[in-house]
Amino acid sequence: MQREYLHQLPGQSLKASNSSFLARFHLDTPLLLNLLVLASFGLFVLYSATNGSYDAVATQATRVGIGFTVLLILAQIPPRVFRFWAPALYSFALVLLLLVLLVGTQKKGAQRWLTIPGLAQFQPAELAKVAVPAMVAWYFHERQLPARLRDVCLALVITCTPAAFIALQPDLGTALLVAISGLIVLFMAGLSWRLIALTITTTAIAAPLAYFFAMHDYQRRRVDTFFNPEADPLGAGWNIIQSKTAIGSGGLSGKGWFNGTQSRLDFLPESSTDFIFAVLGEELGFLGFSILIALYLGIVLRCLLISYQAQDNFARLLSAALGLTFFVYVVVNIGMVTGLLPVVGVPLPLVSYGGTSIITLLAGFGILMSIKTHRKMHIHSS
Amino acid sequence: MRTSSTFKNHHLEQRIIAVRLLWALIIVTTLSTIIAARLFWLQSTEHERYTTLSDKNRVQTLAVSPPRGLIYDRHGRLLALNQPNFSLSIIPEQATHPTSLIEQLGEWVELDDDDIRRFERRRTSHRRPWEPVLLKAGLTEEQIAQIVARQHQLPGVRINAIPTRRYPYGPMLAHLLGYVNRINTNDLENMTPEEQSNYSGTHFHGRTGIEAEYERYLHGQAGYQKVEINARGRILRTLQEVSPQPGANLYLHLDLDVQQAAWDALTGRRGAVVAIDPRNGGVIAFASRPGYDPNLFVTGISVADYSKYRDDVDQPLFNRALQGQYAPGSTIKPMVGLAGLEDGVTNWQRKIWDPGYYRLEGVERPFRDWKRGGHGWVDMKTAMAVSCDTYFYDMTFKLGIDKLHAFLSQFGLGERTGIDLPGESRGILPSREWKRASKGQPWYHGDTINTSIGQGYMLTTPLQLAAATAQIARHGKAVIPRVAQLESPVVPHQITLKDSRNWQKMHDAMAAVVTSAQGTARRIGSAPYSIAAKTGTSQVFSLGLDQIYDADEIEERLRDHAMFVGFAPLEEPAIAIAVLVENGGGGGSTAAPIARQVMDAWLLNTDGELAIPEANPILNTPQEPQVP
Repeated sequence: MQREYLHQLPGQSLKASNSSFLARFHLDTPLLLNLLVLASFGLFVLYSATNGSYDAVATQATRVGIGFTVLLILAQIPPRVFRFWAPALYSFALVLLLLVLLVGTQKKGAQRWLTIPGLAQFQPAELAKVAVPAMVAWYFHERQLPARLRDVCLALVITCTPAAFIALQPDLGTALLVAISGLIVLFMAGLSWRLIALTITTTAIAAPLAYFFAMHDYQRRRVDTFFNPEADPLGAGWNIIQSKTAIGSGGLSGKGWFNGTQSRLDFLPESSTDFIFAVLGEELGFLGFSILIALYLGIVLRCLLISYQAQDNFARLLSAALGLTFFVYVVVNIGMVTGLLPVVGVPLPLVSYGGTSIITLLAGFGILMSIKTHRKMHIHSS
Repeated sequence: MRTSSTFKNHHLEQRIIAVRLLWALIIVTTLSTIIAARLFWLQSTEHERYTTLSDKNRVQTLAVSPPRGLIYDRHGRLLALNQPNFSLSIIPEQATHPTSLIEQLGEWVELDDDDIRRFERRRTSHRRPWEPVLLKAGLTEEQIAQIVARQHQLPGVRINAIPTRRYPYGPMLAHLLGYVNRINTNDLENMTPEEQSNYSGTHFHGRTGIEAEYERYLHGQAGYQKVEINARGRILRTLQEVSPQPGANLYLHLDLDVQQAAWDALTGRRGAVVAIDPRNGGVIAFASRPGYDPNLFVTGISVADYSKYRDDVDQPLFNRALQGQYAPGSTIKPMVGLAGLEDGVTNWQRKIWDPGYYRLEGVERPFRDWKRGGHGWVDMKTAMAVSCDTYFYDMTFKLGIDKLHAFLSQFGLGERTGIDLPGESRGILPSREWKRASKGQPWYHGDTINTSIGQGYMLTTPLQLAAATAQIARHGKAVIPRVAQLESPVVPHQITLKDSRNWQKMHDAMAAVVTSAQGTARRIGSAPYSIAAKTGTSQVFSLGLDQIYDADEIEERLRDHAMFVGFAPLEEPAIAIAVLVENGGGGGSTAAPIARQVMDAWLLNTDGELAIPEANPILNTPQEPQVP
C-alpha cells in the first residue's frame, strides 16, 4: 500500500505541474471548474427566474464571489487543522443554536435567524451543516472501524442534538438534512447493514406516529399535500401542481430562456428560490436538466474520488459526507419540485437565490480542496 | 508492533470506507436515474397534458357581450339606451384586512347586512385566486369619486363598469318597452346551446314588452377574447380577439310627441290609449296609466319598491292597454250595425220607434235604453250618432247570436291581435259554444240583447278596439298592430261586404257621432279634420271582495268606464284610436277629449294646421346598427 502511494506520487506531481498555478493555491481543477460552471449556470437561470432582475443577479453573484473567497481561504488550511478544531466548531454551533432558540429573530413564523450587532443576520443551522459531519468524522477518526454499537450511539447523540435544536426552531427540513449529514458519516464509517435495516424499519414505524403526535399543523399540511395535491388545488396544493405543470409543459427542449409562462405569469410561487428548478425545467426542458444533473454528478463523483484518495479517516469520512450531503440537497430539492417528495424548504444548491446556503456549500468545498491538495505534504510529514 | 498493527488497521479501515464509497456511488447513480426518469415522465410522457394545463392557466377565453341594440321612436329619438353601471368589488388576496376594509367602505357606500352576507358567500365559494368579488352594484357618481380619491389607501378595491339599460322616459313607456333585468338560469335553460354560448358574457335579458319581444334582435352576437393572464388574474395581453356584433337597433312606429299627449291626457286617471296608423298598423301611441319606473327593475328592484307597486290599488304594474279586458259597450255598435246590414235584417232607411226600452217576448223585465224616454224614431245613422240601444236590441235579436258572433270574429275580437308585444289578452267574444263550455248554460235571448251593446259577457282590450277601428277605417282590411317598424308575420284578413258602400256609409254615421247636434261625441267639437267616432260606457258590475277603498273612493270606483273609439281624417284615415278611462263615466265627456288631444298631436303641426305624417315604411329586416 505504501508502495502504491509512492508510485502515485510522480504522476500526481506531474498533473500538478500542468495546472501549477491552481495547485499552488491548493485548488482542485476539475472540482473548481465544475463549481464555476454550475454557479454561472445558476446565475443564468436566476436571471430569467427573477424576470431579468439585474439587481438580483448582481446580489447573487456577490454571494457566489464571497463563497469562492471562503473556499479559497479554507483550501489553504491543512485538513489536520480542521480535525483539530472540529470539536470547538461543533460546540460553537451548538451554543449558537441554543441562542437562536432563546434570542433569535423570527421570520415567517420560525425562529431561525441570529442578529449579530454590526453584522448581517445569519442562520446558525447553516454552520451545523458543516460542523456536524466534521464532528462525527473527528469522533470516528480515533475510533476503530467498522463502527461499534457504543460508538454508533455516541455518534447519534452528536448528530441528533443540533438536529433537535433546529427542529425546535422549527425547521424540520434543515434538521433532517443536518441529521442526514451526520448519518452519512456513520454510513461511511461502516455502520452495519443490520443497523441500517433496523433504522429504516424504525423510521417507517415512527413516521406516522410523528405525523399524528409531533408535527406542527403546517408540516402536517405539507405531508397531506404531498400525498394528494389535487385535494386543495388553489391552496396548499397550488405550489406543487404549478411546478409540475411548469416542468411538464417545458418538454424535452423547453419553452426557451425567458419564455416560461408559468414563472413569467406568476403561477409558479418562489420561482427564484426553492422552486427555481421548475423555471429551469420549463424554459430549458429535459436538456437543461441533463446539463444540470451532469454538473452535479461531476461534483459528487469528484468528491467521492477525493474521499477515496484521502489520507486519513477524518478526511475520508468528511469529504464523502460533504459531497453526499450536497447530493442529498439536490435530490430533495428536485424531488420536492417534481412532486416525488413533500415540500421542504431546501434550496437547489448553487442555483437558488439566497445567501447563507451558497457560502456554507462553498466553504464545504474549500475543505474538500484542502483534503485533496494537502495529501502529499501529509505523506511527506508521516 | 504498534506501527504494524496501526498499519493493518488503516488498511482494513480504508477498505471499509472504499466499499462504502462504492455503495455511495451506487446510491447516487440510482437516485439520479430515478430523478431523470421522473423528469422524462413529466416532460415527455405527460408533456401534452401539462402543456394543456399550462395553457389553461395562462389563457382565458372571455366572452365579450355585444352592446344591446338601442330603441328609437319614429323620429329617431332615443327611448332605451345603455349606460355604464358602476359596481364595487374586492380582491381578497390584495386586501390586507378585508373586514376593516368593508367597514371603511361602509362610510361612503351604504352596505346592509344583505350585501355583506352575499359578499361573504361569493368570497368563500369556489373561485380563482385574485378574482374580484362583487360587494355592491349601482354606485353613484359621488360614491365613485369618494372611493377613487382614496384608492391608493384601499388595496384590493376595484370599481367596474357594466353597460346597463336606461329608460329616459320611465313610466310613460314602461308598458310598451318593458324592461331588461338580470339574466337568470331559466332564461338560459330555454335557449339552444348555441344561444347559451352567445349569452355567456351577457348580464341582462329582456323581461317584458318590446325588450322581451325583440330580445334576439337587440342582443347581438357575442365576441370573445383569448387573453393571457397572470396568477393574479390580471390580463397581460390579448392573444386573439373576435369583436362582438352589436345588437340591431330598433325603430318604433311610436311618435314620442303623440305618446306624450296620450300620457298627459290620462293624468290623474287610470286608463289606456292605443293609437294605430291604419295605413300600416304602426302603433303611434300606447299608454297605460299609471305606469311604473322600469329603471328600478334593471339592476334588481328592492323589496320596498316592489311591494309599493304591488300593493297600490291603482295597479301601476298592470298593462291596461294590452291586458285590460273591459266590456266594450257601445264602441262595438259600428261593427254590430255592419253585421245587421250585411245580413239584411236592417238597412239605412229602416226606422224604429224607441220608447226608451225594448221588450222581449216572454221576458218580464224590459231592456232599457240608456236614455229614459227613448230617442223616438231612429234609423241606423241616428242610432249610431245618439247611440240608441233599442235600435240595436231590435236589430240584433232578429240577427241572432250565431251570425253576430261570426261577423264580429272577422274583426279579431276574442282573438289576439298579433301585436309584437308579449302577454296580450284575448278578450271574450261570446257565443253559444263559449257559454256552454265556460258557464255550462244555454244561450238566452237576453244574452244576445246584452251583447248587441257590448255588455254582458263580452270583453275587449283597448288594443283590440283600436285594431278593429282601424279595420273599419280600412274598409275591412285587418290591421295587425306593430310596435317596431318590422313586417308582421301575420297575414291580414279582409272582410268583404256584399255591398261595399256600407263601409263609407258607416264612416259617415260615425262622423255624425261627432258632428250631429245629438252626437255623443259632439263635445270634441270642430277640428281641422273630420273625425269618425263611437263612444261607449262599460258597466262596472261589482267590486272585488278583497278590495278595500275608503268611503270617498267607493262612489268613484263604481262609476262606469268611459270608452271611445275613432279614426281620422275620415277621408284618408291616418290614425285609429281607442281610449279607456276606468270609472271615467261617459265616453263622450271623458274619453273623447283625450282622443282628440292624441289625434291633434298626430295630425296637426305645431301651428295647429293639418299636416298628416307619412306612414312609416315597413322593413323586412331590423335596421343595421348605426355607428354613432
